[in-house]
Amino acid sequence: MGLLKDLWGFARERKKFWLIPLIGTLLVLSVLVAIAQYSTVAPFIYTLF
Amino acid sequence: MRILGISAYYHDSAAALVRDGTIVAAAQEERFSRKKHDARFPRGAAAYCLAAEGVKLREIDVVVFYDKPWLKFERMLETYLGYAPRGLASFLTAMPLWLKEKLNLRSVLEKELRALDPEAPKLAPLLFTEHHQAHAASAFFASPFQRAAVLCLDGVGEWATTSLWLGADNELTPCWEVDFPHSLGLLYSAFTYYTGFKVNSGEYKVMGLAPYGEPRYVDLIYRHLIDLKADGTFRLNTDYFNYATGLTMTNERFHALFGGPPRKPESPLTQREMDLAASIQAVTEEVVARLARTARREIDAEYLCLAGGVALNCVANGKLLREGLFRDLWVQPAAGDAGGAVGAALAAWHIHHRQPRHSNGGTDSMDGAFLGPSFSDGEIAQSLAASGAVYRRLDDDALCSEVARILAEGKVVGWFQGRMEFGPRALGSRSIIGDPRKPEMQAAMNLKIKFRESFRPFAPSVLAERASDIFELDRPSPYMALVAPVKESLRIPMTEEQQRLFGIDKLNVPRSSVPAITHVDYSARIQTVHRETNQRFHELIRRFEALTGCPVLVNTSFNVRGEPIVCTPEQAYRCFMRTGIDFLVLENFILAKDDQPAAEADDSWRREFELD
Repeated sequence: MGLLKDLWGFARERKKFWLIPLIGTLLVLSVLVAIAQYSTVAPFIYTLF
Repeated sequence: MRILGISAYYHDSAAALVRDGTIVAAAQEERFSRKKHDARFPRGAAAYCLAAEGVKLREIDVVVFYDKPWLKFERMLETYLGYAPRGLASFLTAMPLWLKEKLNLRSVLEKELRALDPEAPKLAPLLFTEHHQAHAASAFFASPFQRAAVLCLDGVGEWATTSLWLGADNELTPCWEVDFPHSLGLLYSAFTYYTGFKVNSGEYKVMGLAPYGEPRYVDLIYRHLIDLKADGTFRLNTDYFNYATGLTMTNERFHALFGGPPRKPESPLTQREMDLAASIQAVTEEVVARLARTARREIDAEYLCLAGGVALNCVANGKLLREGLFRDLWVQPAAGDAGGAVGAALAAWHIHHRQPRHSNGGTDSMDGAFLGPSFSDGEIAQSLAASGAVYRRLDDDALCSEVARILAEGKVVGWFQGRMEFGPRALGSRSIIGDPRKPEMQAAMNLKIKFRESFRPFAPSVLAERASDIFELDRPSPYMALVAPVKESLRIPMTEEQQRLFGIDKLNVPRSSVPAITHVDYSARIQTVHRETNQRFHELIRRFEALTGCPVLVNTSFNVRGEPIVCTPEQAYRCFMRTGIDFLVLENFILAKDDQPAAEADDSWRREFELD
């Protein structure tokens, strides 16, 4: 949550809203990669696709 | 109010503690972890700062970090986008670390801080300064000036690589900045890399090598690499560099321009490297001089403060001083990233908390840079007993007399006194010292004691009141931040044959009556020693002068090549035993190498410390 707050604060302060989708995508990807490393959760990811 | 400043995660991590605007402790993590330029969270340094103040983390009111990670991430993303698809490998290397750790720095820092005081009911608020703001604060708020122009020059922080500020009372007003990828620090580092030295630590070597060479490549550098404007601002031609998108500093085009690949580390130095070093040094001096002239023109201030890694280029600083643009200049002794910890803490106090600042116009607030740990007699005796060392304990008077006599006999002494220095220089607390009159001292200290390259010069420590008799310097230089020439009257003129010598052959020609500290261009990186901040070291040099007529000692840091400067008595004893140091002095304890139990030949430092 703190991370998202920091992201919003950064985008507002620097007026760089166009970076939000890019950073958001990178963050989502990194979370997915992190989750995929836990084998017990992996089947859940698999069923999504 | 107590403020803990932290610099970490890039290079030279450090911690500093400021109480009501006074710097009470500061140290670099490498001294505790024994890993040179350690970039990890400064656990040891922060724990030391808290212990020095006698508090736990829960009693700290504010913690401040010296950099804004989101701004840095913005710079990285925009750079990768700007150069895409080049830089994919670098992008893939950097992103996992950033997404996992650096972007979420707030929680990473909170976790580390909590480990320092696990029972703390709650942590102090966490603030972030901009990188150059921390540098500027470390230069101005710690300086003796109430109003000054502040110039910050480094590799890169978030975006800024060069910035000018006006410092007045408790305020720092940004004037303008030059942004990444245009960076004087990175240009210098590119040549450090190209001449076969390690980036972020070999820059001193390039500076030391420069006087052996001729600046033959200056025109080439101006024509192809840097577009330098009359006001000192500049743009680099990024076609020749690889640091924005790659994992090295220079690229094939750069190598073709200078006629070959980078020199392999540890391979023999040739005249080419010396000429390259002389050339980049000349360009750097010109950029710094033009920037300073602009600062003088644009800012209504009579003094100049400098910080950032480039401000450790004491040759450029000395030339700036001699140009006489400003009444005086002050360089933060920890001008590199470690000093950001002090700057961040001072910025939080003066800028964020709007606390007033009063300088006395004379002394700075770095306390001689003696801000690190010290050890009591009891602790030293215990440590020596554990090592099985043979020692004597002398009173102050006998100690200084005996050490002065030993030095005059040409012996080399490890000198360990009081609080450890903050910043890259040893200033008489953790120093190896010797007699500068001995022509063979430079080579002996380089090869048998420091185990480093023979071309590297040594610095003099001179009684402040005698400095102008030996050097062309009319003001204090307590932090070795200035280079000045040895007085004409002390120089030894070269014979015609000697004048024809090139490069490293010049090394063995005695240049003055203090040859061990006189570089091949008759310059010296001066430390003026003041009784007020460095009493025992001052007394020692005074006694040495009484014996020899020479108020100067050779002073180099107490370490071997690649090793962080020693911090504790154990480390000092270990370094003493595995090098050619003849005597070790720890506070009032004196140890002769000949009296120590025979140690087996020990070259383990070669494995323990990576060469810098």
